Amino acid sequence: MSGTTTITTTVSQYNHYQAKVAHNRATSEPAWIRWSLILIALAFLALFLFVPLVAVFYQALSKGVETYVTALSDPDAISAIWLTLIAAGISLPLNLVFGVSAAWAITKFNFKGKSFLITLIDLPFAVSPVIAGLIYVLIFGLQGWFGQWLSDNEYRVIFAIPGIVLATIFVTFPFIARELIPLMQAQGKDEEEAALVLGATGWQMFWHVTIPNIKWGLLYGVILSNARAMGEFGAVSVVSGHIRGMTNTMPLHVEILYNEYNYAAAFAVASLLALLALVTLALKSFVEWKTAHSIDTEIPE
Amino acid sequence: MSIEISNISKTFGNFHALNNINLTVPSGELVALLGPSGCGKTTLLRIIAGLESADEGSILFNGADATHRNVREREVGFVFQHYALFRHMTVFENVAFGLRVRPKKTRPSNAEIHKRVHKLLELVQLDWLADRHPAQLSGGQRQRIALARALAVEPQVLLLDEPFGALDAKVRKELRRWLRQLHDELHITSVFVTHDQEEALEVADHVVVLNKGRIEQVGAPDEVYDKPATPFVYQFLGNVNLFHSRVHGGFAKVGELALPVDGHDTTHDAPASAYVRPHDIEILRSPENGSSFAATVSHIHAIGPIVRLELAREDATEIVEAELTRERYQELNLKAGERVYLKPRHLRVFLDENVT
Repeated sequence: MSGTTTITTTVSQYNHYQAKVAHNRATSEPAWIRWSLILIALAFLALFLFVPLVAVFYQALSKGVETYVTALSDPDAISAIWLTLIAAGISLPLNLVFGVSAAWAITKFNFKGKSFLITLIDLPFAVSPVIAGLIYVLIFGLQGWFGQWLSDNEYRVIFAIPGIVLATIFVTFPFIARELIPLMQAQGKDEEEAALVLGATGWQMFWHVTIPNIKWGLLYGVILSNARAMGEFGAVSVVSGHIRGMTNTMPLHVEILYNEYNYAAAFAVASLLALLALVTLALKSFVEWKTAHSIDTEIPE
Repeated sequence: MSIEISNISKTFGNFHALNNINLTVPSGELVALLGPSGCGKTTLLRIIAGLESADEGSILFNGADATHRNVREREVGFVFQHYALFRHMTVFENVAFGLRVRPKKTRPSNAEIHKRVHKLLELVQLDWLADRHPAQLSGGQRQRIALARALAVEPQVLLLDEPFGALDAKVRKELRRWLRQLHDELHITSVFVTHDQEEALEVADHVVVLNKGRIEQVGAPDEVYDKPATPFVYQFLGNVNLFHSRVHGGFAKVGELALPVDGHDTTHDAPASAYVRPHDIEILRSPENGSSFAATVSHIHAIGPIVRLELAREDATEIVEAELTRERYQELNLKAGERVYLKPRHLRVFLDENVT
């Protein structure tokens, strides 16, 4: 009896498998089309991404490890790395608070001007970073609206760290909100309401229900936002003033070294940024895998 | 705890979700809010829970005004349509949540929480699932966990939004019997929302029929089924045949038929709608003068204990539905295409001027 059952299952599995193959053949393209598409994509990636990446590290190490280490331990380079870390370190927490609040407001409440707010959040994506930098120069620069007041009180915004932080915040603030809005929209507000009915305060609801539900999306947004904050060139370049050892971030430092024909040092600093990109990519795919995994187990029967 | 709802109105933009609702839910009863989608039943439930606020009117819990009481302080248990279980918590933590978020003064000890959660999980017969996550449960299991979670805070009122809406037919039937039994054990004042008339009639002590933001009728299940107050209730609860007729001097004229109707002795030639349930139509082989009309059998659905017939009236273009027992069907030996005579046993007439 049990033997019969086994045979039937095997046969049906086999049939199922055959049907699957036949199905694939019926709906997919011929092999040569598939392979040429894959080849085109791979060749493109190799040419435009992989070769430059290798070139960066090759150039950085072309004059030996010693030059590489010297270039990175140069006081100006260290100052640039610090400034980059400071700019990212200040803008990230602010973006986190802004992103979560904006996503919360947009997905959990109905109010007038909601679509206007969404458009505003997208603004930094639409505006060229150079324009973003110029805006701050126009507002806080010496000839700007607050320029007189700021110089009277001996505050420096433009050509100083505050300007760099402001410009960094401007170009990076959409990332977290953009990541969270669709996620929170899909999740709805049922769980939050359930928490409230069960007696939770707003704060308890936020920490015990909302945050655990959005944590992977939030982390993803933070990673992207961080990558952009550290790599931003245009907006920061306008407000920085390129003062060596003072207002140079890593990308700006790379440019200066390059313009001075100091290729090995320029590529050494650039290799740090490339490394950062690789780490970001790895983290990003890990978070993506994690998110997909957690969604997989969410599908109701 | 009793709930009194007085003069509640609610609009969303131009849409009147609720229109001057007055309703009392006596302590310890299980009441169904029944109506088609968009009738305002869920809105009313959410207003009782405090998840939505009414534009006008007030809600009284045990005679005390709760209209502006915060949802946290209302002591209601709410079971959401899609359960709204906390997806990142285990079943145990889901049920324990309401106890854990209490302020330190009133929060039970960890051991006490364990005891109470396991008692509730036993009550819903799912103690063995305590360590699972919601995603690993079936729909019926999720529903029962959602109920256990709502009961954990010892609510004074239990509110359920379409509790069986997302379940398949068999599980739905089991669960609604189980809910009835649970209510008989706990006697907690409960209100549940449903669009399924069978569910409402089977489970509830009282049924509130809602339509377009108004209450059409409140009554015990047999009352609303046998004595529908309005044409809407008649049509919404069960199948019904509608005949256009004229009422004159105590008689309703349907085609050639003149049938006596109560309460319309002085009505003078008014257009009306006459409602007959399919099982209140008798099928005859030979005509009965003045009280039957001719029809042709067009379809026979002879599956199950009840045989359903579709018949075409000969004096009008209307299709009539009739239901008869299998025995009667065999006795008549009916075939499609045959001519028979229909005799309505019970007829309910509503003058068209009252129908809007």
